[in-house]
Amino acid sequence: MRIAATYLAACRYCLMALVALAAALPAAPARAAGIAPGLLDPLAGDDTQAKLQVISQLGRTAGDPMALSVLEALGRGELYHVAAQRFLLKDKDGALRDAADGAAAELPAQAEPIMLNNRLRRAIQGALAGSRLFSDDVDVRLQAAVRMQQSTGDAAAGLVRKALAGEKSAQVRHALEIALASAELQSPDPAVRRRAAQALGEAKSAAFRPRLAALLAQDASGAYAEPDAGVREAAAAAVRKIDRHLSIIEWAGNLFYGLSLGSVLLLAALGLAITFGLMGVINMAHGELLMIGAYVAYVAQWLFRQYAPAWADWYVVAALPMAFVVTAAVGMVLERSVIRWLYGRPLETLLATWGVSLMLMQAVRSVFGAQNVEVGNPSWMSGGVTVLGGLVLTYNRLAIIVFSIAVVGFVWLLLNHTRLGLFVRAITQNRSMADCVGVPTGRVDMLAFGLGSGIAGLAGVALSQLGNVGPDLGRAYLVDSFMVVVMGGVGQLAGTVIAALGLGGINKVLEPFSGAVLAKITILVLVVLFVQKRPQGLFAPRGRSAE
Amino acid sequence: MKRRLLLKQLAAAGLLSLTAWTPATWAADTIKVGILHSLSGTMAISETSLKDVALMTIDEINANGGVLGKKLEPVVVDPASNWPLFAEKARQLLAQDKVSVVFGAWTSVSRKSVLPVFKELNGLLFYPVQYEGEELERNVFYTGAAPNQQAIPAVEYLMSEDGGGATRFVLLGTDYVYPRTTNKILRAFLHSKGVKDSDIEEVYTPFGHADYQTIVANIKRFAAGGRTAVVSTINGDSNVPFYKELGNAGLKATDVPVVAFSVGEEELRGVDTKPLVGHLAAWNYFESIKNPVNDAFIAKWKAYAKAKNLPNADTVVTNDPMEATYVGIHMWKQAVEQAGTTDVDKVIDAMGGQKFQAPNGFTMEMDKTNHHLHKPVYIGEIREDGQFNVVWKTPGPIRAQPWSPYLPGNENKQGL
Repeated sequence: MRIAATYLAACRYCLMALVALAAALPAAPARAAGIAPGLLDPLAGDDTQAKLQVISQLGRTAGDPMALSVLEALGRGELYHVAAQRFLLKDKDGALRDAADGAAAELPAQAEPIMLNNRLRRAIQGALAGSRLFSDDVDVRLQAAVRMQQSTGDAAAGLVRKALAGEKSAQVRHALEIALASAELQSPDPAVRRRAAQALGEAKSAAFRPRLAALLAQDASGAYAEPDAGVREAAAAAVRKIDRHLSIIEWAGNLFYGLSLGSVLLLAALGLAITFGLMGVINMAHGELLMIGAYVAYVAQWLFRQYAPAWADWYVVAALPMAFVVTAAVGMVLERSVIRWLYGRPLETLLATWGVSLMLMQAVRSVFGAQNVEVGNPSWMSGGVTVLGGLVLTYNRLAIIVFSIAVVGFVWLLLNHTRLGLFVRAITQNRSMADCVGVPTGRVDMLAFGLGSGIAGLAGVALSQLGNVGPDLGRAYLVDSFMVVVMGGVGQLAGTVIAALGLGGINKVLEPFSGAVLAKITILVLVVLFVQKRPQGLFAPRGRSAE
Repeated sequence: MKRRLLLKQLAAAGLLSLTAWTPATWAADTIKVGILHSLSGTMAISETSLKDVALMTIDEINANGGVLGKKLEPVVVDPASNWPLFAEKARQLLAQDKVSVVFGAWTSVSRKSVLPVFKELNGLLFYPVQYEGEELERNVFYTGAAPNQQAIPAVEYLMSEDGGGATRFVLLGTDYVYPRTTNKILRAFLHSKGVKDSDIEEVYTPFGHADYQTIVANIKRFAAGGRTAVVSTINGDSNVPFYKELGNAGLKATDVPVVAFSVGEEELRGVDTKPLVGHLAAWNYFESIKNPVNDAFIAKWKAYAKAKNLPNADTVVTNDPMEATYVGIHMWKQAVEQAGTTDVDKVIDAMGGQKFQAPNGFTMEMDKTNHHLHKPVYIGEIREDGQFNVVWKTPGPIRAQPWSPYLPGNENKQGL
């Protein structure tokens, strides 16, 4: 019961508004009272209670279009206080208007937007939910209906019934039916309550579980919170149904998270699979190539914002070829100037590339500063899609899974169906033999190293969409990348793919039980044991291998 | 052979640049001041600006005639985010450079690693960052917040009506001493407020964790059980992937507010703030606080950044640890002038009760006994421009409790 009480408390303000709204609605079209002068003044003050009162007052007159747009502007943080009794608002199209009469206005310099806190924001959403149920926009109606699912009581039920009567969209109707059931769970009629409990069980949303479970609670004397046995039965069945659904979501979620982490590891490791896996160069600067790729994304974003703001959302697409070219060039210069002299001497290569990685990091620090730089998700990569009624698949993760498949395909095609790929494989198998039959090994080395670096750059662009972009970005991925390549088996693309997905999957399946720290440790221990048992990795090259 | 020549040249160049770093003057008419902040490695993102603020403050003091008629001479070393190196560099500053005072350290583990050195050589350290408490050393002055000056008021706010009336808490942190200790204190505090263990979830991640999918899904599940708030002690730049995941998963600040103790203006510079708007941070200072002292402080810092051509000088911001550094250096100067000497013991005795008009809008006072500042607490909401709207504040500065009264065994540990 305590939990239910909390819910009631949370919805008090939206209820206050709703009760008033339900009473005011029939009369609303006839009224055009506007906003009383001085009504908004407390909004500019410091008293939260007074502000809440203004919001519920506005909610009560939300049939009036001016009150509605004031509330909406307030919610967006675009209501400005100019002087006593004078407020300006920016409407949806960005035009400034006077909050009292809607006349166009100019924004004076000293005007400050009204500050909100989360409590006020919730009150505004509650006040708007009622009127939004009747909006012309399907998405707005759907959001409002989902919001109404957390409301209880008769007033809310009445409002939802009214909305349901005129609603045409099946999706919104479904959401409203759930909202109605949620409101009716408090009904005095046991039959109605039972039906509501059943409907909520069908909805399978975790949000209703505490309220359903509260019905089953017994107090000290053994009396149930819910007197009717039939309702209790329905509630228990609903709770079971929700729990079953939640565990399905949890497992589906773990699979998706594993796939997503695996694809990130794969992207980070793929470039190394070429430079280390195929060419045998222990490239400690691999992480810095990822980092440079991410910084190219930052530069691309800056260029787009500067010169083509209308296309700013597509900077990621432009950043991909840019990053490939830049990092491939850096890689080729690195190969020609440092690594070429060190082939066959792994220890020196390790030290030299480590030094190069420090230099690259410091160079980036000098140019861009030690601070992280801001790389935003384009709007089409923000947010996510909800599946199975509760599992959110975020767009940026989905995009990266698709992208990693594309990059693997690209590398596979390049290695198996081009002349360069043929040469690279030939040199991997037997360098001196390849040299003898006329493969220009020096040039191919350079190109292959450039290819691996370029792919690291592509991965860097992808990583910039997930986390920080700073000079240290590469360090975080270096160990993971080596782990994936070593485990997959040196020289094998398929091994890299399977190792990345396997490590990602195991990590994410372990994490819910062990916590993130222990999961990471477990993975490292598993990899150590695995490499002890099978030093050649998952897929060892068959037959006689050179070197 | 060529390579060897190259190596020799490189080594020579390295030596040259090293000598350039060592102080040029050996004259005794300066007072040496050590600055011990990481300028490379993972902590460089946060600590570099503290070094710059310290240098700015020293310049400012020198321009006004120095201390005791002598100029201050900064000795900057780089412990490179490497905890044992902090101890080595501290020893170098105290034993070799013979500095009168050191301003430095950020993470608790770096502070813990330099403590024995300062005790052994009787040095003086000013530590400018909020921390977990449970420590009080004669050789250290703490100008950042103790838990009761940051963490506890923040959780009280979350439980209040204005903060959303949270009844369930996710304590999320990076796995090291500061989050672990802070969460221990917070758990004890929540118990005292009647919150049950089943309503508290404690989650830790490794340093540099970037994949928050599972954790965000867990928070979402947990939040279905009642009004939930997240208390984040996630270290600096791991915050970005966390907030990104949170925003993309559709958890808004109005549903599940997150209050962070390590996210300030400086950290938000490198962040796409869209998914963070409305989430909270608790500090003792925000750049957005309006008062003449703060306006002057910000103007000075911006001018300094431009004059010294710091990276991204046109977008520099001020934050809480920078303010604490600034206040600490000025208070040390006042104490030295009062004591009439830079002798460590005499300066320590003179520090208690020092007052300074601070940019956070109050006259801050160094406690007479416990080596901590009396500080006001502000709770700010993240704005789209990376600044904070103050949504709550204490009426005035409050005294630090380095030994949290919520932990058993701490009852008799106040003062030195």
